[in-house]
Amino acid sequence: MQSVAKQKMMALAGDEAVAYAAKQSDVDVVAAYPITPQTIIVEKFSEYVANGEVETEFVCVESEHSAMAASLSASVTGARAFTATASAGLALMHEMLFVTSGCRAPVVMAVANRALSAPINIHGDHSDSMAQRDSGWIQLYAENAQEAYDSIIQAFRIAENLDVLLPVMVGLDGFTLSHTLENVETLLDEGVKEFIGTRQFPKVLTHEGKTVPFRLDPANPMTVGPLALQNYYFEFKRQQEEAMENALAVIQQVNSEYAKISGRSYGNGLLEAYRLEDAEVVAICLGSTAGTMKTVVDALRQDGVKAGLLRLRTFRPLPVEEIQSALAGVKAVAVMDRCLSFGGNGGPVFHEVRHLLYEAASRPYVVNYIYGLGGRDTSPTELRSIYENLQRIIQTQRVEKPIQYLGLRD
Amino acid sequence: MTSQEKTWKEIAPAGVCSKSSSEFLTGDWKTYMPVRDLEKCTRCLLCVLFCPDGAIRWYPEKGDIAFDYSFCKGCGICANQCPTNAITMKLAQE
Repeated sequence: MQSVAKQKMMALAGDEAVAYAAKQSDVDVVAAYPITPQTIIVEKFSEYVANGEVETEFVCVESEHSAMAASLSASVTGARAFTATASAGLALMHEMLFVTSGCRAPVVMAVANRALSAPINIHGDHSDSMAQRDSGWIQLYAENAQEAYDSIIQAFRIAENLDVLLPVMVGLDGFTLSHTLENVETLLDEGVKEFIGTRQFPKVLTHEGKTVPFRLDPANPMTVGPLALQNYYFEFKRQQEEAMENALAVIQQVNSEYAKISGRSYGNGLLEAYRLEDAEVVAICLGSTAGTMKTVVDALRQDGVKAGLLRLRTFRPLPVEEIQSALAGVKAVAVMDRCLSFGGNGGPVFHEVRHLLYEAASRPYVVNYIYGLGGRDTSPTELRSIYENLQRIIQTQRVEKPIQYLGLRD
Repeated sequence: MTSQEKTWKEIAPAGVCSKSSSEFLTGDWKTYMPVRDLEKCTRCLLCVLFCPDGAIRWYPEKGDIAFDYSFCKGCGICANQCPTNAITMKLAQE
C-alpha cells in the first residue's frame, strides 16, 4: 500500500475548509456572489487573491445567475472554475445550472445548504439543493468539515473525468458545518495539485472540419450549446444521462485513490454503511445528521438493538444498486428528509429510496421522517425515537404513519 | 427525422456543431423578397449594413451590391432603410 502523504492539521470551519480546498485545487476562475451561510467561502478566497496567494481570476458578479454564467463560460474555455452559493442564490442560478450541465462544463460549486424563503431563514436544511436535483449536476453531501474539504478536491477529479464532464455541487449543512470550527487534516499543496492534475479535453469535430480539443479557443472556433430542436435535443439529454451513469464508477475510483494519499475515505464514495451488517432497523440520511446518528446507533447497539445507518454521500447520480444491496435483509427503514416536497407524499430521498426498493427481493417497511427544517435542531433522543418506531413497526407488522415530522410541535 | 441523423453515441457533446451554419439555407422561410430598382439605387450601402442576415453583399470590383436569396428571410429592413425607396418587397414565388 502506498504511504499516506504528510498532512497539516488546521482549525477550520466548513466554509474555510472549502475555500482552502479550492485554493489548493489551482482554480483559474472564481465568480461568486455572497450569501449566508456561504459568504465565508468567497470572502476567504478573495483574501487569497488579494494576498497574491493564488493566480485565480476573481470575478465579483452582480447576482448568482451571473456567477453561474461566468463560471460556465470560464469552464467552457478550458479553465478550472469554482463558485459557491446557498439557498436563494442557488434558486437564482436555476436556469444556468441546466446550461452548465448541458454544456458539459465541469464547474465545481460548494452549496452551504440553507432553507428557502418565505419566511426568511438563514439556517440549514436541504430544500435548496434538493430543488435542483434534476439540473444535471452531480450532488455530494458532506458529513463534516473534513469531508467538505476532501470532497471539493475530489469533485474536480470527478467533474473533469472525460467519461463524466459534468458539474458537481458539494453540499455542507449551513452553520452546523459551514460555521463550526473543526480540526481538519489538509494535504500539502503539491499533493493536491498532483492528485487533481491538469484538465484534459475530449476531441470534437468542428464545423471547420478540424478535430480539436473540446474548449472555446479563438484558434479553433466552435459552437457550444447552440439550438438543438426536435431532431437532436433528445440525443444530447441522453448523453448527459450516460455521463451520470459513468459517474457512479468514477466517484468510487476517486474515493479510493484519494484514500491512498490521505488515509481517508467515505464508504465507497457513493454511500457509507455504518454498522449495517446484520442490522434490522436502519435509518438513511444525508449530511451532518449522520454524525449524531452514529452515536445513537452505537448506544442502541450497546442495548442490543440491531441498528444501522446508511449515509447517502452521493445523491446524484443515485446509487440504486448499491442502496438495494446495502438494505438487503433489513426489516425496517427510516428515510430522513431535511426537505419537504409539498404535496408530494413525502420528501425526495424517501421517494427515491422507496421507489428503488420496489424491486427488492424482500421489501422492508419504509417510513419517512421530515426533520430539521430551517435549522431546527435534531437531538439524539429524537433520533433514537426513530429506531424505536422502526422496532414497533416490525412488531406490529404495519406502518401506521408513513410520513412523520420529527421535532415538530404538534 | 431522417435516417441520416446520428445517434446519441455518435454526436459530439454539448451540441458542438460539425457543420457550418452556411450550409443551412434559410432563405426558403421568406414570404416577401426584396427587389431593387437599379435606376433609383445610389449604392449607398445602408442596406448592406442593416441586413440582419448578411444577405446583401457589396462587390467592390463590380461597384454594385447583390441580394443572396439563399439566406434572405424577407424581413424588409433593407426596404425600410433605403433612402431612395429603391427596394420594394414583392411576394416571393414558390
